[in-house]
Amino acid sequence: MPRLVSHPDEVKIVTSRFGKGAAKIDTYLELGGYASARKALAEGAEWIINEMKASGLRGRGGAGFPTGMKWSFVPKQSAKPKYVLVNGDESEPGTCKDHLIFLHDPHAVIEGTIIAGLAIGAKMGFIYLRGEYRYLIQIVERAVAEAYERGFLGKSIFGSETEFEVIVQTGAGAYEVGEESALMESLEGKRGVPRIKPPFPAVVGLYGGPTVINNAETIATVPHALAMGGAAYAAVGSERNGGTRLFGLSGHIERPGVYELPMGYSLRKMIYEVGGGVRGGRKLKAVVPGGSSTPVLLPEEIDIGMDFDQVGKAGSMLGSGGVVVIDDQTCMVEFALRTIKFYQHESCGWCIPCREGTDWLKKSLTRFHAGFGTEKDIDNIQYIAENMMGRTFCPLGDAAAMPTLGFVKKFRKEFEEHLHGKPCPYAHHPEVELV
Amino acid sequence: MSAEAMTLFSPELAARLDALVERYPARRSALIPMLLYAQDEVGYLSDAVIDEVARRIGITPLDVRNVATYYSMLRFQPAGKFNVQVCTNISCMLRGGYKIFDRFQERLGIGHKGVTADGLFSLEEVECIGACCWAPAIQVNYDFHDELTEEQVDAILAQYRSQNAGGR
Amino acid sequence: MRTTPKSSLFEAGQPNVDEKSECMADVTFTVDGKKLTAPAGTLLIEACRKAGIEIPAFCYYPGLSLQAACRMCVVRQEKVPKLQTACTTPVAEGQVFITESAEIAQARKATLQLLLGNHPLDCPVCDAGGECELQDMTFKYGAGESLYVEAKQHREEQKWSPVVYFDRPRCILCYRCVRMCGEGMDVWALGIQNRGVTAVIAPNGGDHLDCEQCGMCIDVCPVGALTSGTYRYKSRPWEMNHVSTVCTHCADGCKVTLGVRSANDGMEIVRADNRDKSGINGDFLCAKGRFGFDFVESAERLTQPLVRNAAGVLEPTTWEKAIKHVGQRFGAILHEHGAGSIGVIGSTRTTNEENYLLQKFARTVLRTQHIDHERTGDYATFHGLLAGSKERAASHRDIAAAPAILLLGGNPTEEHPLLAWSLRTNVRLHQARLYVANSKAIRLERQAAHSLHFSEDGYDALVRRLSGDGAALADVTGAGAFCDALGAEESLVVVCGAEFRGASLAALMRWGLSRPGVKFALLSDSVNARGAADMGLYPDLLPGYLPLAGEQPLHDALAGMPTTSGKDATAMLEAAAGGGLQGLLVVGADPFAAHGVTEGALKNAFVVVQDCFLTRTAAEADVVLPTASLYEKTGTVTNCYGDVQMVRKAADKAGVKSDFEILVRMAGAMGVDVRTLVPFGEFQGVRADMGQTRGAQAGEADRHAVWLAANGLEPKLSPFDPFAILDEMERLVQGYALDRLNLFAGNESSTEPGTGFVSIDALLQRKDGVVATHPGLFDSGLLSERTGALQAIGKYQAAQAAQAAD
Ligand SMILES: Cc1cc2nc3c(=O)[nH]c(=O)nc-3n(C[C@H](O)[C@H](O)[C@H](O)COP(=O)(O)O)c2cc1C
Ligand code: SF4
Ligand code: FES
Repeated sequence: MPRLVSHPDEVKIVTSRFGKGAAKIDTYLELGGYASARKALAEGAEWIINEMKASGLRGRGGAGFPTGMKWSFVPKQSAKPKYVLVNGDESEPGTCKDHLIFLHDPHAVIEGTIIAGLAIGAKMGFIYLRGEYRYLIQIVERAVAEAYERGFLGKSIFGSETEFEVIVQTGAGAYEVGEESALMESLEGKRGVPRIKPPFPAVVGLYGGPTVINNAETIATVPHALAMGGAAYAAVGSERNGGTRLFGLSGHIERPGVYELPMGYSLRKMIYEVGGGVRGGRKLKAVVPGGSSTPVLLPEEIDIGMDFDQVGKAGSMLGSGGVVVIDDQTCMVEFALRTIKFYQHESCGWCIPCREGTDWLKKSLTRFHAGFGTEKDIDNIQYIAENMMGRTFCPLGDAAAMPTLGFVKKFRKEFEEHLHGKPCPYAHHPEVELV
Repeated sequence: MSAEAMTLFSPELAARLDALVERYPARRSALIPMLLYAQDEVGYLSDAVIDEVARRIGITPLDVRNVATYYSMLRFQPAGKFNVQVCTNISCMLRGGYKIFDRFQERLGIGHKGVTADGLFSLEEVECIGACCWAPAIQVNYDFHDELTEEQVDAILAQYRSQNAGGR
Repeated sequence: MRTTPKSSLFEAGQPNVDEKSECMADVTFTVDGKKLTAPAGTLLIEACRKAGIEIPAFCYYPGLSLQAACRMCVVRQEKVPKLQTACTTPVAEGQVFITESAEIAQARKATLQLLLGNHPLDCPVCDAGGECELQDMTFKYGAGESLYVEAKQHREEQKWSPVVYFDRPRCILCYRCVRMCGEGMDVWALGIQNRGVTAVIAPNGGDHLDCEQCGMCIDVCPVGALTSGTYRYKSRPWEMNHVSTVCTHCADGCKVTLGVRSANDGMEIVRADNRDKSGINGDFLCAKGRFGFDFVESAERLTQPLVRNAAGVLEPTTWEKAIKHVGQRFGAILHEHGAGSIGVIGSTRTTNEENYLLQKFARTVLRTQHIDHERTGDYATFHGLLAGSKERAASHRDIAAAPAILLLGGNPTEEHPLLAWSLRTNVRLHQARLYVANSKAIRLERQAAHSLHFSEDGYDALVRRLSGDGAALADVTGAGAFCDALGAEESLVVVCGAEFRGASLAALMRWGLSRPGVKFALLSDSVNARGAADMGLYPDLLPGYLPLAGEQPLHDALAGMPTTSGKDATAMLEAAAGGGLQGLLVVGADPFAAHGVTEGALKNAFVVVQDCFLTRTAAEADVVLPTASLYEKTGTVTNCYGDVQMVRKAADKAGVKSDFEILVRMAGAMGVDVRTLVPFGEFQGVRADMGQTRGAQAGEADRHAVWLAANGLEPKLSPFDPFAILDEMERLVQGYALDRLNLFAGNESSTEPGTGFVSIDALLQRKDGVVATHPGLFDSGLLSERTGALQAIGKYQAAQAAQAAD
């Protein structure tokens, strides 16, 4: 069972009901649940969208797109039904926050889905969880059944004229399906290959109807933001980055776990105070600030506030909020290899630069790490990554290329130390094929 | 839609799949869950399973294969009764994921994608399973085991062996 | 909606080319500094191609859904941060693009480098070497140096069917084959399996293909991943001459490109494909067109004339002796028995020129009206009804572009593969409405907006219903809705099968002609079935369906012919058996087999057969003259939609002669001045004043010369030049005033029915004599039976079907 952690600096909004048995609807209601959905139903779509815009909530799935704005793009009139799609595919290495939300507060996701549906005029919502989260799917399905029993879902929600259905869907093992258009493909029973954009999902999405897709954390935040009032929620965070975020601290950290901290919270403090510093008192070598696809930061680069803009300015990305701490005993070549191995395994294979690029990078890095690298390899690795950047069909190619470029540029010396058949200066593990 | 006249599946699963196709705005949306549930019962996606799923959805077996082969949890060969999936992705790797994997290899005498001779266990190195903050983590079938040490490997294997002996 | 979600890959019917853009307003945009104009929403890659700016692409294929997968078509668009894919960018007013720059060249080069990293680079032994898009791109963008040192994936080539082979490492995953098979052919036999670098194109049978074996996947493959069983490892592309001609197997008349190279006994065909895609068949070619050419090399091929000797055995002889013998015997029969003593049965596989010449030879030299051919469509009635109605005959292109089509009877998927393709494509890309009415279930119903089933006698009832008889088809559900929907169509092409003939056909056409905007096409079964009919291989109709009596220039050209109708094929055979006919000339037909003539029945008649093979008729003939096949001669043929196309000599076989040359020499051997038959050389009456002599004092050939001059053509210098007859045909045969420039450029020129036909009442009283042969996807009778590849496919398909059955 995932361990819950806490720290005095935390601002518990989304996590406020964690550990309190809120997966049961009675407890959820006791803790103020479904009040926001009722209010949203009473106030109407325009109010919801305005409050969401005021909240400054930006998508927690990675790209940080303002949620209120995303919802406002959905056309009011549509010949085809509209849908809400909750992205619980959570597969970015370093990320396990949605895991906890589904486990401890599934009704918050359901309530958020209802609100999103009200905002855009959808009558159906899907909550898509990655297939590995089977026990969480059962928890969410039970919660959905409870909500139906209470009349919060169904033909007339909360006794109103409004209809809203929720379907819980399982994936079957594919990171790429987290990309929004691939997610829709998967939900339609197809290979998880992204779609050509435009049209964007807000216009042509699931089954051809306008669709809003949000990360599970984004959706779970919605009822809270409405309950607090958009402005109050915004005030918790930093400039243009409303509210809090669930940061997952993992890797060589003393107290790993998921912490809810205000947007803009210092990365240094996050590591050294919230997380208790590098494990075993070791020295910090690098930090991956937002899941495996975000370029590494060096110890001298961690004096930044953790919000989308500041991390972006530092040359990386806030991404999914998965902060991976790396100590000085770690081989960065091996780390780079393990990272690229993941993307090679998960590339959908649709486009040439990603399919071939990730494979080539993986092969080169494998050989390189095994001590058979050449000087030219380092440049080649950089060349391949540079030529993938911005050229692929979907952002997975970038997600593979960006961190690779970061590793090569920031740790070139360490790459050079692997040259000329020298053994890896760090203890390393022989490579195992993932097929 | 009436229940399949001839089915490979248990009556419970067949009934569940009958309901599943009716759940979505488009029948085909049931495909991936259907494959996964069928695999849970049969153990893997045999040709016969693929044919039946194709029939239930109303698409060709080729089309089912196109989709099924895309998803890494779906398999076309039997796995062990207990499929041990060890995450070695970055967060787990940093906290000893490979050591855990090695210990399983050694204890079970099989490698990546191997199945023990008695068919009880299979082993897989897998990508991130969403337990990074509780690393290193593994899944045995759908059960998570996290914050593992190498020492716990034996206990975990023992737990599943006894579960097997218990007739489940 | 311009951009189709790529997911349509596994769903039929999603167009990517929105032809409606044609009605959209033009926009102006800039490409590489040039101002271009195109309808708003045109894909940039198409707009550029039309303007002569080539943007490289692997995955983009016109008419198939969009992929944006290969990333070769990247271009820079002003004010857009990332490079954009031209294949998915719709043009809009004021946009500015750069399609070639250092940055773009680098992007393309890198993509190629990535592809080549895992590519086997076995160009020297690859079928596609020399005509490979990957090779060409690499040449252009120069991904010369190898950055890749890892071992390449090697996998054995796989045989997916007798004619489709797959070499996986060469595949660049452009998905063209998958889309062509699914979207284009509606067969869906290819898929994509696995993901990432392990992704692979997979056939529906696991390790083999269960499909129509059309080979379209091979055709669209930009590299050598899919190769043809009939061509692989046979030749290098540059060793071949590529001759564009017309497929010999069915009445659709697809343009086919034959790859030929020299062989011991002439020129051999090593490949048939659809290189230039400029024909009426566009991208399409079926299994027969693509794989059915080796009958040309069949061991059963006749290569020496045979004459029955005193012992009653067919014995090889020289051409001179054989022709002389025929000339003498025919001359003697005519001398002894006079006009009408010889019958002629012509071919539906020979050229128009040969057929025209044959009837002229029959009528003027053999002085007979006993002329016929194997009729597979009632074109006499068809033309009789169309007389005087302009624009009512539908060409193939009319069908391919019609907003609504009514398909009555027939089974195009099996019998008219091109028609099936064009109907599917029209529905898919232009949202055409297809109405199918049939007594059987046919595949094309999948594309139909409305379909109707009834018993075999329902066709006439349907026509009655359409013509206002509410009681007709009353017991057929959906008949009312079907007819109402049809009634609402303002413009309609009616395509009907051999179910319609005589009175049925007349009733149908009368209904259609009573409404504006209805056009007709009548299906038939062999490559020149329509041409044989048009060229007057009838006992009662002259070329162009003119009556025997008349004063048209054609009647002058046929001066001396008998003026009463002759016998049809059945009657001829009966007469010959009964001693009523002394001679029979059979050209490219097998009436003994078709009419079940018993062995030896015609032993008292002198029978001459011209054919490629020893057919049943030939085996019983007195003289057998080995002929060139359609792939070994020049001329024109007319498909069942009335489109005339050029046939060009591709192969060459020692020992055989064209039917044209045989007929001319036969006439010569009978002592005829061949100039009266073939207007060539310095004609009588030309007297060096070509174009000036007019009126009564000018002879026939002179008038011909006037016409030639007026049309900018020159006199033909050889009696064996089929174009001399083409000139005459064009002048004398109604509907054959062809667009010569187009025709000689390799395009089709469609005929238009004329006037002055035999009265429809007279036509309806005669026997139509139509016997449909129902060819199959791999079956065209005589030729397919002697084509190794088609026989192999046939066996393979039968085995597949047997397996599916148990
Ligand atoms: C390769 C790839 C994988 C992704 N995986 C996830 C994921 O697992 N979960 C998620 O919420 N978003 C994921 N995203 C982002 C989604 O595409 C999408 O932006 C997000 O779900 C939108 O929700 P938000 O606006 O609430 O962030 C992924 C994107 C890419 C390109
Ligand atoms: S970048 Fe290309 S191959 Fe990679 S996941 Fe996206 S579409 Fe698939
Ligand atoms: S042609 Fe545009 S990406 Fe392939």
